[in-house]
Order: sequence, then structure tokens, then C-alpha cells
Amino acid sequence: MNNILAFPMILPIIAGVLLLFFRLKPNVQRWGSVLTMVVVFLISLSILEKVMDEGILRLDFGEWAPPFGITFVADAFAMLLVTTSSLVTILCLLYAAFAKDEKREKFFLYPFLLLLIAGVNGAFLTGDLFNLFVCFEVMLLASYVLMTLGGEKKQLTEGIKYILINILSSWFFLLGIAYLYGTLGTLNMAHLSQRIAEAGQPPLLTTISILFLIVFSLKAGLVLYFWLPGSYGALPTAVSALFAALLTKVGVYALFRSFTLLFYHEPSITHTIIGVMAMMTMIGGSIGAIAYKDVRKIAAYNVIIAIGFILVGLASNNIESMQGSIYYLVHDILVKGLLFLMVGTVIYLTGKTRFDQVSGLMTNYPLFGWIFLITLLSLGGIPPFSGFAGKLLIGKGALVAGEYVMVAVAFLSSLFVLYSLLRIFLHMFWGETSILKKNQIYLSKGMLASCFILAVLTIGLGLGMSVVSPYVTDAANVLTNPHLYIEGALNND
Amino acid sequence: METVITLLVGLLVSVATYLLLSKNVIRVVLGSAILSHAIHLLLITMGGLKKGGVPILGDKVETYVDALPQALILTAIVISFAVTSFFLALMYRTYQSIGTDNLHEMRGTNDE
Repeated sequence: MNNILAFPMILPIIAGVLLLFFRLKPNVQRWGSVLTMVVVFLISLSILEKVMDEGILRLDFGEWAPPFGITFVADAFAMLLVTTSSLVTILCLLYAAFAKDEKREKFFLYPFLLLLIAGVNGAFLTGDLFNLFVCFEVMLLASYVLMTLGGEKKQLTEGIKYILINILSSWFFLLGIAYLYGTLGTLNMAHLSQRIAEAGQPPLLTTISILFLIVFSLKAGLVLYFWLPGSYGALPTAVSALFAALLTKVGVYALFRSFTLLFYHEPSITHTIIGVMAMMTMIGGSIGAIAYKDVRKIAAYNVIIAIGFILVGLASNNIESMQGSIYYLVHDILVKGLLFLMVGTVIYLTGKTRFDQVSGLMTNYPLFGWIFLITLLSLGGIPPFSGFAGKLLIGKGALVAGEYVMVAVAFLSSLFVLYSLLRIFLHMFWGETSILKKNQIYLSKGMLASCFILAVLTIGLGLGMSVVSPYVTDAANVLTNPHLYIEGALNND
Repeated sequence: METVITLLVGLLVSVATYLLLSKNVIRVVLGSAILSHAIHLLLITMGGLKKGGVPILGDKVETYVDALPQALILTAIVISFAVTSFFLALMYRTYQSIGTDNLHEMRGTNDE
């Protein structure tokens, strides 16, 4: 048995529960949670290696053979995302440990962060649609608490909207599950895929697939992103970085899974809709990114543009674009975490949220300034950094699929990303310094370290493309050939 | 039987929609609770109602009711219970710190 598959979800839950008992010992909380995530990261790395050696791994809980029991299925796509998310979580926890927000730490900040990552990892690993719903809810409940932890007025009002929109999307999710179970009589994803293929995806199933599209779009922020900028702007730095890096990506993962494994028979309907939605998302996100002067809003709209960009890969639906999307997904998890840490740190250092109120931070914090430059170049997809390969492959894949308009919109949106962040950089970091040396707030080395490590990682991912490419190729291979996943998830030997 | 229950689900959803669209926060919480009950009812209807005996092995029974939807709604009920209680607590906390239970009056803090 592959019991090790349960660890990326179980370990954070166990650690989170244990940490509840050390409420007034902040150091135990901080380093306990960082240590847990390091262990989870190492375990997921070893599972990823094992998946590369032995093919798709499966864990049947309680030895109930699929399709009857609950299963965890690990393919290269899922494991890549689990590994990257665990890595980003380590760095965000490290940042939180040095930021020392004791008011929130006393009220279980770390246990809830661990529960959040447990839900995220579970959602990536599960091979069962209902279990996906449960993992979503684990993640969402933790995120509700993190959203409102601290009780600032803005957090509370934004929290209400966030919870309400998510209750509604969970409702749609259950509706989709009910209809799917009513028509096909199973919820195991591989089994569903088989039965949908047998039925040839009649219009009824396509309609149900649109329900799932709505649900996952709400989570991912695809077109339905109206809740995102406000709620991400209300959060403390480390939490907002984790939200930006992970929560929307779980929705993207679910979209990829359902529209490559389950509902791939009518691409002229579903994938065309996804393509149009991706374009709308990129256009809307670009307008938002240049419309505001609030740096948090700009960062949030950058999350939205990236979601649109990744889904261009799904809409083009060929192996190159899938590879590009996977590269970009891994890159985006790292670099969105970095962007939100940077933006949060700027606000912490200056106390201002608008970029025209501060200038010349470069003189005060030179290393920090250079990391920001790396962040924005990486987000814009400039060659030596990690965004480049993904953008290139997605563009190439979309051209092969003949989606010229989509390619044009996608690359124009990259220019908007670059422009919106360059504006921040030129105003806040260049020019005459507005903070005197003696007045400047000390930027602790620990907080800078997380940003620095993430920046090194985005350079490393850009230069070390050949190290990652076998994993990405394997992941894209499984996505474009559903029968590989079905074999791995259903065979009983 | 299934048709009646499905109609009931539709009724519950329309009631919930009406409540969700109102300004008062308590009505919104109640709306979300009713909405989740409606979907639980739909889930169990999807498995078929009164199709056979209880899903326990016995001598006399030949057909069994599908046990899976029951397991599903049990999980969904627990989740919706947790979400509703958290939502209620949050609403009360918001009422305490903002001093209003009218959603329209909560919009102000958003604009900077």
C-alpha cells in the first residue's frame, strides 16, 4: 500500500491539532508549523520521485477497492502542485514567524494555516469528486477563519461577502455532484471518466459540466472574480500571500482535472466557453491592474490576469499548451506568493497603500528593491526568470490550435502586468527618498529571507528548466491521455 | 414520490433565494441554511427513494436502498452546520463592531 500518500494531508492536520495546546507559546507555534511543512515538503518530493519511477500511485482507504471506496490518486500533475504549494507554505510560515503578529498568533493563526494547506493538498490528491468537495470545504473553512482573524472592520465586511459567495459556490458544487450521481451512479473520477466516455457525453452531461465550470470558476476567479480584489486586500501579509498562491490555484487544478479527465468529449462547447472566459478574465484583470493606485488591488488583479493566462492553455487543449499551463501554474504559485509578500512588506515599511505616496525605497532598502524588480520581471515573463517557459509554451500551443485572438489577448495582458508593476516600481523604489534614514522602519532579515529565497527560486526555476521538464512532460502526458489516469486509478492487481 | 420531493426542493430554493437577497443579515444566514437543506434533500432524492430495504444484509430483503447518498448528505450536513454556525458568529461579531445589521450600511468601509 502507498500509505505515504495520505501524509501531505494528514500531517498538517495532526500538527495543527497538536499546536492548539500550545496557545501561549508563540515560538512552539512558529517553528512547529514550519518544521511540519518542511517534513511535508520532503515527503511530497519523495512521492513525486516515486510517481516518476512507478507511474501513478493510489491509496485505497480501508482497502475498499475503487470505485467503491475513497481513493487518493497521485499523478505527476497533482504531486508537482502539492510539492510547490508545500514549498510556498514553508516560506509564508517563515515570513509569519518573523513578522510576529502576536495578536493573531495567540488566536491560532498557525493551526488554521496548517488546516488550510491540509485542505489544499487533499484537493490535489483526491481521486473522488465528493472527496474533492470535502477537501474544498476544509480549505474554505480554514480560509473563512483566516479571513476574519483579527476582527478589523474591513476584514469582517469583506469576510461576509467572501463566505456568502463561497457558500453559494459550494451549493452549486453539491448540485453538480447530485446530478452527476443521479445520471452516472458513481463519483470516483476515473470511473466517471469511463462512464462518460461510454455514453459519449450527451447534452445532459455537457450541461452538468457547465455547472462544474461555474463552481470552479468562482473558486479560481475565472470571470467570476468580483469577490477577489476586496477580500485579498483585507488580509495580513503572510495570509494574503498564501491565499494568492494557493486558493485560486486549487480552482484551476479542479478545472484542469474535470475538463481533461471527465468532460473532454465536447471541446467545441466547453473548451470554447473556457477560452472566451479566459479572454474576458485577462481583459478585466488588465483594466483593474491599471485602474487602481492601491498596491494591494494591483497585486490582486495580477492574480486574476494569471488565472486567465493559465486557462488559455486548457482552452487550446493540446500537449504543448498543457505543458505550458503546468509550468506557468508552478511558476505562478511561487511568484504570486512572492508578490504578495513584497507588497505586504512595502505597506508594513511605509504605512501607505497607494504607490504615489512613497518614493525612493531603493535607497532605504536596496536588496528589497532588487527583489521587487526580479518579481516584476518574472511576472512579466522576461527570459531568464520562471515565467518565460510557461508563456512561450502556452503561446505556442494556442497558435497550434489556431487561437490567434486568444494569443494576442494573452500577450497583451502580459504587457499590462509589466506596466502595472513597473508603475509601482518606478514610483515607490526609484526617485528621491521620502523616508529619512533615521526614521526608517527596520526590515528584519527573517522577513527579507523568505522573499529572497522565493526570488532565488524563480530564477532557479527559470534557469533550471531542464530539471523540471521531465515532471512537466509526464504531467501533461497524463492530462492529454485520460486512459493513463484511469488505468492508474482503477486497476486492481 | 421523487417528483414531490423535487418540487419541495424547488420551493426551498426559491424561499432561500428570497431570503438571501434581503438586507437583514439574519435573513441572509437563514437563507444560506435553507439553501443547504434544499441541496441535501436533492442529494438523497437522486439516489432514489423507497427502492428497497435498509442497506444491511438480511434474509428477506432482495433489493437495497442506495446507501451512498446517505453517507454523502451526512457529510454535507456536518459541513453546512459548521459553516452556518461560523457565519452566525461572524454576523454577530460584525454587528458588534459596526453597529448595524443592514448589509447596505456595511458597504461604506470598502471605499477608501
